[in-house]
Amino acid sequence: MARAATTTDAFNAVAEPRRRQILDALAEGEQPVNDLVRLLGVTQPAMSKHLRVLREVGLVQVRDEGRRRVYRLNADRLRPIHEWLQRYEAVWNERLDRLDAVLEDLKEGGTDGHDDEQR
Amino acid sequence: MDTTTNSGKAVVTLPSDTQILITREFDAPKHLVFKAWTTPDLIARWWAGRRGTVTSVEVDLRVGGRWRYVMVTNEGFEVAFHGEYREIVPNERLVSTEIFEAVPDDFAVDTLTLTEHEGRTTLTVLVDHSTKEARDMHVESGMEGGLQEALDALAQVVASGLSQERSTR
Repeated sequence: MARAATTTDAFNAVAEPRRRQILDALAEGEQPVNDLVRLLGVTQPAMSKHLRVLREVGLVQVRDEGRRRVYRLNADRLRPIHEWLQRYEAVWNERLDRLDAVLEDLKEGGTDGHDDEQR
Repeated sequence: MDTTTNSGKAVVTLPSDTQILITREFDAPKHLVFKAWTTPDLIARWWAGRRGTVTSVEVDLRVGGRWRYVMVTNEGFEVAFHGEYREIVPNERLVSTEIFEAVPDDFAVDTLTLTEHEGRTTLTVLVDHSTKEARDMHVESGMEGGLQEALDALAQVVASGLSQERSTR
């Protein structure tokens, strides 16, 4: 059984490796349950359990297409996780913006750096 | 796949539980990027970003040679990293260890790769920690007030999912 208390947000839901694989698969486009089962090599009950957890936190959405249940990624719910990474990204951007400025100077200065190949 | 123009922004993803991958393109040939990455007085100009001032850079660029960078943050804290070069392919690839001196028990292995295409260079830095906990701490160390430990972002999914979403907005 999915324990609701531990899976109330996207962070917890994606902490489980198998659920990350499901999200990975859905990132390429929506998929019927049967295809996910085949693709990831898990049992149907296990897949249902994971999909339920992902649905509960809104990371995936489901629709019925004839007899098939088709799942798709709801990327918006990944935003908190994305933002967590974005702050780290910002640190690197500050650093690499500076590196970019250094490169502009090197290009203008005509020090083409070829003399660095000492090895 | 990536049709959005990469306007010189770094993209950070987490390819596995222990890794961080930073990717960015520069409008410069790879030998200049390598030079800026490995020359002490040039490193001093970019490594601290806007977060402080670099106070010391030592580079002994040979396999087995050591590097050490020190900065003083805007808040006045001294922050130092050091490591050892493991593999050097000039202008293309640089593998080194990285130890944050405040957490000396853990080290990461950093792999820089430079790929040039029509005068532009794609830089990637793959940071590989020994454990997921160390990796998450590394990401959080770049920020004030971290989120929960349960964080296990799957950034490829995030990135591809969000870019799909953006392109449909």
